[in-house]
Amino acid sequence: MGLLSLFRKAPSSANLAKERLRIIVAQERGARGSPDFLPLLRRELLEVIRKYVNVDPSAVQITLGNEDGHEVLELSVFLPETQRIA
Amino acid sequence: MAEIIVVTSGKGGVGKTTTSASIACGLARRGKRVVVIDFDIGLRNLDLIMGCERRVVYDFVNVIQGDCSLKQALIKDKRIETLYVLAASQTRDKEALTSEGVRRVLDELANDGFEYIICDSPAGIEKGAHLAMYFADRAVVVVNPEISSVRDSDRILGLLASKTSRAEKGNGGVKEHLLLTRYNPRRVASGEMLSVDDVKEILGLDVIGVVPESPDVLSASNAGLPVILNDVSDASHAYEDAVARLLGETVPLRFVTEPKKGLFARIFGS
Repeated sequence: MGLLSLFRKAPSSANLAKERLRIIVAQERGARGSPDFLPLLRRELLEVIRKYVNVDPSAVQITLGNEDGHEVLELSVFLPETQRIA
Repeated sequence: MAEIIVVTSGKGGVGKTTTSASIACGLARRGKRVVVIDFDIGLRNLDLIMGCERRVVYDFVNVIQGDCSLKQALIKDKRIETLYVLAASQTRDKEALTSEGVRRVLDELANDGFEYIICDSPAGIEKGAHLAMYFADRAVVVVNPEISSVRDSDRILGLLASKTSRAEKGNGGVKEHLLLTRYNPRRVASGEMLSVDDVKEILGLDVIGVVPESPDVLSASNAGLPVILNDVSDASHAYEDAVARLLGETVPLRFVTEPKKGLFARIFGS
């Protein structure tokens, strides 16, 4: 441990809890009121994608939004850095 | 006109029954006619906290199924004149509680002149919890300053905003209040525990009370004496404040900061 780190204050665990909660609560509130099939759709899509690319479960994001009066189903898949689609 | 208040949380073990018992006692001590109902079918516990477990003859489900009259099932508190308890059934049949049956009992209580009906919700988001909140006018959401409790109460807020009679009818919804329990100002000060403001900010609710972590809560349940009746306890004072706020009084928050140590305590204290 360096001498300086003695003076640097680590983020408190309460702050860590608050940040984690902020993110998860916002995410869950966003999902509220959206159709029930979204989690299932996400799971099935994840299975299909995983047949071809080994992605992390958190790499598939589905959001249902509203743009200019149209409902938009947005799907994004983050591919791992080292792997390219075969 | 009776006001129906649900005490709910999502997560178990955060202090719903302790809170229901104390709020009911606090309101009744101010002369209000109060009934507190245990909605935890199969896991009756409010009777123990209220200290009337040996006087339960008939329960909530008996009333719904017509085995007895409401009057026969209501247990009159021995300490406070205007306070009554309706115990949960110990049946394992969760279907025993029906929406229609609950509505009928609540209507009858209101017609009998009760001013406050406190519904002690079971943990979780199953039928018992759903019916405990369905007819409510207001909700006291009990939260511990702890990550899983906060998340679960946000789920409950979602249900209060959609799966209640008030939400469905669109007449303003259920009024929600936040009540923090097991609050430890020392740990908040040292950054180990979420603060009142943190929880308030995440959930976006007004705070109706902050009950400090206190050994008196366990002794109270051991004795079957709701902690609010232990007049020398900080927890009692905190619940008294919460009751005052429920009744619309403005009371400053207490027990949210660590008591300042005097010079003597700082030198000789632990």
